[in-house]
Formats: sequence, C-alpha cells, structure tokens
Amino acid sequence: MAPPTQSRPGRTLAVLAVLIGLLYGFVWLAAPTALGEDQLSAGQRYQPRLGLDLEGGTSVILTPRRAEGAGPVPKDSLNQAVSIIRNRVDSFGVAESEVTTAGDNIVISIPGKQDKSILDTVQQTAELRFRQVLLSGPGVATPTSTASPSAATSTPSASPEPSTSGSPSGSASPSPTASTDNRAVPRALRANSSPSASATETPATTSTPAPTASAPPGTGQAAITPELQQEFAELDCTDPEAVRQELRTPGRDNPKKPLVTCDEDGAEKYILGPAEVLGTDVDTATADLAMNNQGVATGGWVVNLKFTGEGKKKFGDVTRRLFAEQGDLNRFAIVLDGLSVSAPTTNAVITNGEATISGNFTQDEARDLANVLKFGALPLTFDPGEVQEVSATLGGEQLRAGVIAGAIGLALVVLYSLLYYRGLGLVTAASLLVAGVITYGMVALLGWQLGFRLSLAGVAGLIVAIGITADSFVVYFERIRDEVRDGRTLRVAVETGWARARRTILAADFVSFFAAAVLYLLSVGGVRGFAFTLGLTTLIDIVVVFLFTKPLVTLLARTKFFGQGHPLSGLSPDRLGAPRRTLTTRPPSRRPAVATRIPKEASS
Amino acid sequence: MSRVGTVGARLYRGEVSYDFIGHRKLWYVVSLVLIAVSVVSLLVRGLTLGIEFRGGAEFRVAAPSASEESVRNTVSDVVGGEIVVQRVGNSTIRAQTETLTSDELEEVQTALAERFDVSSDEVSTQFIGPSWGEDISRKALRALVFFLIGIVIFLSLYFEWKMALAAMIALLHDLLITAGLYSLVGFEVTPATVIGFLTILGYSLYDTVVVFDKVRENTAGLSGGSRMTYSGAVNLAVNQTLVRSINTSIIALLPIGAILFAGVVLLGAGPLKDLALALFIGVAVGAYSSVFIAPAVLAGFKEREPAMQALAKRVAARQGKAATPSGSPGASRKAAGVPADAELDEATDETPAEPVGAASGAAAARPRPGDRRPASRPRPQQRKGGRNRSGGKKKR
Repeated sequence: MAPPTQSRPGRTLAVLAVLIGLLYGFVWLAAPTALGEDQLSAGQRYQPRLGLDLEGGTSVILTPRRAEGAGPVPKDSLNQAVSIIRNRVDSFGVAESEVTTAGDNIVISIPGKQDKSILDTVQQTAELRFRQVLLSGPGVATPTSTASPSAATSTPSASPEPSTSGSPSGSASPSPTASTDNRAVPRALRANSSPSASATETPATTSTPAPTASAPPGTGQAAITPELQQEFAELDCTDPEAVRQELRTPGRDNPKKPLVTCDEDGAEKYILGPAEVLGTDVDTATADLAMNNQGVATGGWVVNLKFTGEGKKKFGDVTRRLFAEQGDLNRFAIVLDGLSVSAPTTNAVITNGEATISGNFTQDEARDLANVLKFGALPLTFDPGEVQEVSATLGGEQLRAGVIAGAIGLALVVLYSLLYYRGLGLVTAASLLVAGVITYGMVALLGWQLGFRLSLAGVAGLIVAIGITADSFVVYFERIRDEVRDGRTLRVAVETGWARARRTILAADFVSFFAAAVLYLLSVGGVRGFAFTLGLTTLIDIVVVFLFTKPLVTLLARTKFFGQGHPLSGLSPDRLGAPRRTLTTRPPSRRPAVATRIPKEASS
Repeated sequence: MSRVGTVGARLYRGEVSYDFIGHRKLWYVVSLVLIAVSVVSLLVRGLTLGIEFRGGAEFRVAAPSASEESVRNTVSDVVGGEIVVQRVGNSTIRAQTETLTSDELEEVQTALAERFDVSSDEVSTQFIGPSWGEDISRKALRALVFFLIGIVIFLSLYFEWKMALAAMIALLHDLLITAGLYSLVGFEVTPATVIGFLTILGYSLYDTVVVFDKVRENTAGLSGGSRMTYSGAVNLAVNQTLVRSINTSIIALLPIGAILFAGVVLLGAGPLKDLALALFIGVAVGAYSSVFIAPAVLAGFKEREPAMQALAKRVAARQGKAATPSGSPGASRKAAGVPADAELDEATDETPAEPVGAASGAAAARPRPGDRRPASRPRPQQRKGGRNRSGGKKKR
C-alpha cells in the first residue's frame, strides 16, 4: 500500500465516493429503457434482477424427434442433452436457469419474461460437420437433371480456370461421371454469393502443399451418383429452414454419406462429400471481429474454432488434399444442422488447428453460435413446444421475510459492535452500510451486464456474506487494540495494526476468492451462481476495508475523541488494559517524531 | 464492557489463558463424539434429498378457476412433502411433488379434477427428472477436488504443509459434523442446503487461516530460542485471537440466526430455513474447530519434529533452572523424551508468569527509541524475545 493512502485518508475516501458514484452511473447506462413493451422507471432500472424462483420466467418443452419405429428415447442421450443444454444456458450469464427432464421431454426454464431468444439458441442441435463440396449450383430447383448447356453460357465472366481440371483425387472409382460438366455454374455463382468466405481461411501457416493420394473413399466427384444428381437438381432452396427441418429427421443427415443441401440464405445448393471433420473435433469456439487480410477489422463478426489434437490433424489432412484440388472440389462446406453456413475455398493448408466460420453474423449471432458449438452437439433432435410464461415458485412473502430478517440480523451486528467496540462500532456500522450500498449497486449492474439474477438463496447468501465481511473489521480493530495494549499511541497503533491486519485479511480473503473462482469456472447451475456471489462479496470486502474502513479509522484517530482514548471510543488504553504510562510517560512533543516513522513501518 | 476489554488484554499478554493445546484430548473427545453422532445419523437417518435432486411427479391442471394456493392445498391434502406450485401460461397450474406411487398419483389427479371441476383427462401427470441433476453434482464435486488441491498448495506455500494438513482436517471435521447435525434435524436437502455447505467450506478455511496467521507470527524464529515450546506459542496465538474468534462468530451468527428464525418460525417452508440451518451449524462448528481443533492438530504434528522436541527440552531445562519447584518434574519427564502431551500443561501454565515480568521489563525500556523493533514483520516474536531477554538480564 502506498504511503499516500495512509497520509491522505481523506483523498482515499473521496476516491471511493467517486467510484460508488460511477458504479451507480453505470447501472443507469447499462439498464435498458424498456424491457419488451414495459417502460422501465428509474426505480426499476436500479432494481436487481430476480431469479426463477422469485420472478418466474419463460419455459419451453422440447420433445425429442424419434425415427420411425425406433424404440423409446435412450435415457443416456436425454441426460447428455440436458447437460449440454445446461452448459449452453449457463454460457449466457449467471441466471441460474433450470433444465430438467419431464418424461421423455426436456424442459428449459429461464428467469425473466423477455429473454425468449435464448430459448431458440440453446435448443439448437448444433451438429457441426465439415464436408467437401463436390458440386454446387444456384439454389433453385432445375427442371432438368443436367444443366450443362445453360450453365456454360451463364459463366463467361467469372470462371477463372477451365473446368477441365477436376481430376478426381486418387479415389478408386473408375471415371468421373457426367456431372463434371456443370461445374462451371457454381464457380460463377460462388464468386458473388459468398465472397467473404474465401477470405476467411487465411489464418494459415502454409506449408508446402503435398497432395496426398490417400483420399478417403466417397470423396471426389466419383461419389456423385445419379441419385444424388437427381436429388440435387430437384432441391429447391427458396426456404432453407424447411430443408433443414427435413434434413433433421433422424437418420436423414448421415455423416458417412454424401449430402445434398442448401446454404443458409438459400442462394446456393451443394452436393457434399461425407463429413471429414466433426463437431466433436472442435475444442473451443469464440466469437471475434472479422479481420481482412491486413488484420483490420471489417466490422463483421466471425466464429473462430480451435480443434482438438485429433481434429487438428484431420483438418490439416483435409485442407492439404483440397488445396491441391481445383474448382468446387477445392471448397469445403461448414455444415451446421444440415445447412451450409459457409463454403470457403481452400487456399492454404491449415495445420495450426484453427478455422473460421464466416457467415453474415451480427455480434449476437456469432456469440450465440460460438456458445452453442463450444459444448458440442445435442445427441438428439428436438421439436420445440410452445414457449410459456411460468410464475414464481416462491411467494413474495418469502423474499420479504428474508430481507427483513437479514436487515434485523445486520442491525443486531451493529448493536453488538457498538456495545463491544463503542465508538469503533460506528465504523463497523458505516462500513457495513458502504458494503451494502456497493453490493446492491454491483448486483444491479451485473444483472444488466451479465444477466446475473438473485434467487432467494442468493439474497440470503448476500446478507450473510455482508455479515461475514464484518470479520475484516474485527481483525483490524483487534489488532489496533493489541497495539494499544503494547503501549503504542493510537495514531501509531492504527498504522502498525493495519500493516499486520492487512496481511491476515488478504490471505483469508484470497482463500474465499479462490474457492469462488474454482467453483465458478468448473461447475454449473446453482453452484455457479453461488460461486459468483461469493467472489463478488469477497472483492467488495477488500474494497470496503482498504478504501473505507482503514482511511476512516486513520481520520478518526486524529480526532480528540478517539486519539485521546475517550472511554466511549472503544480505544481507551485504560479499558484495554494498556500499561498506564502510555499516555503519561511519553511527552507530547515526541509524538510528531513517532508519527513520521509510521509509513516506513507500515509499508515494510 | 471494560472488563471484557481487560480480559482481552490479559488474553493478549498471556496473563489469562485457557490451555487449548493442553486440554486437547478433551476437545478431541468432544469432536469424536460429535463425529460419531453425525456418522450414525447420516447412516441411520440419512439425508433426505429434495425433489430438485431426485425428481418427482408433476401435475398440470388446466382450469381457469384454479389458483396457485388452491392447487397447493388440494395436493397437500393428499400427499406430504415438498410441493412446488407454479402458474404456466395463462390458465395452467403446475404442481410438482416428490415421487409418488401410481395409486397416490391417481388420488392426487382425482382430487384435483374434482376440486376444479374438470375431467381427469385435463389433469395431466408425468414424472419429472431432477433439476439439480447428477451432472451438476458431479461437476461441483470435481470443482471441490480442484479447490482442495489448490488450497493445500496455497496454504503450504503461505504457511507450511503441516498447517495446510491441519486446516484440511478441520475442514473435513466441520463438513462432516454439519452434514450429520443437518440430517439429525431432519430438514430436506435442497439446492439451498448445498449452497450453505459450500459457504461453510470457505468460511471454515477463512477462520482457520486467521488463527494460523497468528500462529505463524508467534512461531517465527521460535526454534532458535528456548523461551517457549511450539505448543505454547500456538496456545498463545489461539488465546490472542480468541476475542476475534468470538466476536466474528457472534457477528456472523446474528444475521444467520435472524434468517433461520424467519425461515423456521415465520415461513415454515422454503429455501431460507435450509440455507440458514446449514450455515448456522456450519459457522458455529467452524468457529469451534478453528479454536479447539485445528491449532491442536497442528501442534500435534509439529511436536513430532526433532527440532521442536529439542526446543521443548531446552524450554523445559530453562524452566527447570528458573527453579520453580513445580517445573522440575515436568522437566525430567521431558528429558526422558515423553512427547508433548503431558508436559504441555506445565509449559503453558508457565507462560502467564513470563510476560508479566517481561511487560515490566519492556515498559522500562520503552522510552528509549532505540529499543523499538526495526521492522514490523516478525515483530511479536522479536519483541517478546527481546522483552524476555531484557527481562532475563534483569533477573540475572
């Protein structure tokens, strides 16, 4: 602690006042002016947001889709789905949502009546697959199965290389099928339908392209059967969502087989090879600002993927093979729940295990997708039921009783410390008040910033935590009194006592904070909410002790009432049993000399 | 109040002290009895898990006339236990109960249908899974293991590994007794209870850290001298922090007690009482173990070290020289290598005498500024050592 804090307690207190003012200002800025249709009054903006048990929320029932004639939904898959959905819900903030099973269904309940969009995101299956593009075309149904003549005419401008190069990689199939002909079409179309896609694969550590001859079976154009050709021709991408719904039928989207599908905006359709890299190969996913080649943000958002060790190798192999290819075969599609999100060209061999998905994402979309991908795909596909509002499970009287009881309890704390510590008890009271004000402001702010919501247990926990905060004052006061008992004057004792109390307080608070951090990072659901509260109150404890209690005591020690050890100050040397001579044997003239020594002692 | 303050001062100087370490066997017995009761209670009564952990049955009534309160009453007339009632959408009320037999299920269904004048079909029933599923518990346990490993490392670095071990033993002691007493009271275990347990985890360690911080301060550089045994220094630390321990416990227990009162007496149901009961027991047991158990366990570990045994011999020898007749038998026992337990009473009984003499010595020295300790870090040790030395000189 820097000496100025000790010598200028007034300034420290002013800093704290400014910080608290800023905190409450931030709450005002962070709070929306309206929630849904309801305008928020000033009071409501400063209200902490309450949890599912106290405020109610929104609930949706997900019914797993079953294949025809398949048996009951396996319990394991259901539990796994619950766990994944819970992780996803948690990644949206510290709201203590509830995910549970009801019969064969999954029920998701989130607090608050306006956050319905979260429900759409978390129930996404999020099956991510990387498939090689075998063939692409405009997203409309073509009446004839092969469209080569018209295709050829439509592409004079954009096809950069002759479409003759489609030498199928070393797959065992005898000859390219007739479909090679219409490869020119997609090239042209791709040039304007997904221009950004090709730029995204640049974070590459390009190694020398060594085309491997060991392409897995089913890749390359050899895999395009007449049936696929037929399906491709008939596919109509004007309503991509309908295509997705159809593809989500269990057993329909088989990773081991080629897939005919659309891209998300329906502009393009593809025949895709079997999946070569899967969602399970993804280690983490983050939403980032899109960068162009120069590393300048373009204003768009992308999702960056980091593969696991296995995924890194697979992805490296795929890009190595595709890099050697030309035309459509040079592209791979990133398929999410059946539809292609983007289908970039491979212009480098990517061996660092990183890939970027660029669609036309907004920040929220990119964040949602990253959150969903991070925790893997659901083992089942669900049909969402109606979204319903649910009421609070606990009546308002529970919250009222808890708050009133807590307030009475804290009042007793103040009373006790007044009785025991006399004048210093007032410091306790003021410190508790400041801790309460900061806690309230933080809870309100984090409610708007992080979606932090208080359950009843959380409210009680906060009150108790504020009480436990008082321990820091007790540790400090007892140290001061010990120093006075050792015969120091109060002004010295306040500083030397602080130097020692500070270490104890920091060590003990570190233990609490460490507990909070580990529990927060490694657990889910209610435990996570608790850990958040614990960490928050621990930090507030440190702020209050350092920026309020200590400077206040320093200031008070300069007053006659405390400094001279008035019997009611709680620091009377007589009453503390200090040797009598403390005040009498030391000539008053010595005091300044002692006082100048303080900072050195205290900061050592 | 002034008397309390004076007692604090006398505790601080060691004029008054309770021999926590010397009487440790008594407190070990107390703890063992509590643990035995807890284990028996956990095995016999067990912990009743709430529907959040076990799942249960759910009824949905679609009747415009139904209110949350009326549904709750209707269901609770048929089955007991925890009932969670919630309005879903505009006209549906959902009631969740503990797992029911199919007979009970039908009974509740009929009761609800009759009460709200709808056909039985309009009261849907289904089994619901736990909202606090196994995966939450598993992840929380994993987090706990990581936390405990981390905290042992931290305490080993900040203090020493024996202190870390003693703190862990005290922590397990607290958790076991809290769980046992909770099961004895017979409240259901809800998520609020688990949160209470987790709070105790942090609180118990926090409390122990505060006491051990003082122990470390008192024992720094101890083994070089012959003034005080390790156990004696620990005992002094516990006595010096006793006032803090009592005050902190009272201050922490006041709001918890108020919430417990409100939860049990005024509301009678809901998460407040579960949380507050777990916290109340845990904070009380945590305070108890930080005073009576953790320091004693630590002293037990440390007194096995050869350096500390040698110290104990030197202290005994010195006290023998000081020629208090009562000191000599203790000294001879110590010389014979009898481990800490027996001689502690004497060692610590001696301590009050010392600082009194020391205080006067220090008081005489005080006006000289040169006598002030140079740095504050290992202060009490140096100071007390210094005092003692000056006191000793005067005696000689």
